[in-house]
Amino acid sequence: MGEASKISRYLYTVIVLSLIWLFLTASLDPQELGFGLLLSLIVGAFTYEIFTTNGLANLHPKRIAYAIAYIPYFLWAMIMANLDVAYRVLHPKRPINPGIVECRTVLKSDVGKLSLANSITLTPGTITLDVDGDKYFIHWIDVKDDSVEGASKSITEPFEKFLKVIFG
Amino acid sequence: MNALTVIGEVLVLLGTFFYFLSALGLIRMPDVYNRMQTSTKSATLGSLGVIVGVGIWALGTDFGSAAWLTKTIIIAVFLLLTNPISAHALIRAAYKSGIPLWEGSIIDKYREHLEAKAKDEEVPEEIEETGEGGKE
Repeated sequence: MGEASKISRYLYTVIVLSLIWLFLTASLDPQELGFGLLLSLIVGAFTYEIFTTNGLANLHPKRIAYAIAYIPYFLWAMIMANLDVAYRVLHPKRPINPGIVECRTVLKSDVGKLSLANSITLTPGTITLDVDGDKYFIHWIDVKDDSVEGASKSITEPFEKFLKVIFG
Repeated sequence: MNALTVIGEVLVLLGTFFYFLSALGLIRMPDVYNRMQTSTKSATLGSLGVIVGVGIWALGTDFGSAAWLTKTIIIAVFLLLTNPISAHALIRAAYKSGIPLWEGSIIDKYREHLEAKAKDEEVPEEIEETGEGGKE
């Protein structure tokens, strides 16, 4: 994925920073909004180089729609993860079968890999140990399939169909 | 007592329950990796429940305002993004400093990967063949 122009990356950083300011102050007073915009412009000028590589392309409507659809999907996976943890902790026999498995991913961008690693860590029984290129090393609390393809199918693929669209 | 207050109280209660599970998991699990599993997940969802629950709870009281909810949502998103990264850093540091897996563990693909990599570095000719996946 090629880099966007500097001005587009800068504008994207300012938009995100302004949104954070808006949520933190929770006020639509024009004086506060103006000062927030000024601060966003200053902070954005210092940080846009490390903040984003895609720039305004991140605000494509299809990406935003998938990102919004991803939120309930992810929260549901997180709740299932916690019920799974509750079952393993409270069960008297402690039914665990741990191990480290290897997975492959089709994601290309670094931000996509980061969000996939985060999603894996917060979902049922898995935690990311290391990422190397397109290989993920995952500590799985209940290993059902120790081959690369089988583990990828049950760990990474459910998220990839969303994250592939959101981050590329 | 209205609907928002009740929703907020229920969310805080659920959050504390998951906090309790997280602490219990620290005691019951056999090694550092499984402890990270239980504590990370439960503590993150527990915090989300407590934080967002407080925001919604405040909306139902007479001193609350919308600022409570937006601020708590920002804090919750920040926590959701940073908590798994700290867990990943801790578990990776534990592996690198040589803490063994539980004896019941059935497979360790990461050690095979590290050994294969170390072998590649000893024989420099093979790096060109295996290094195609690496990119910055």
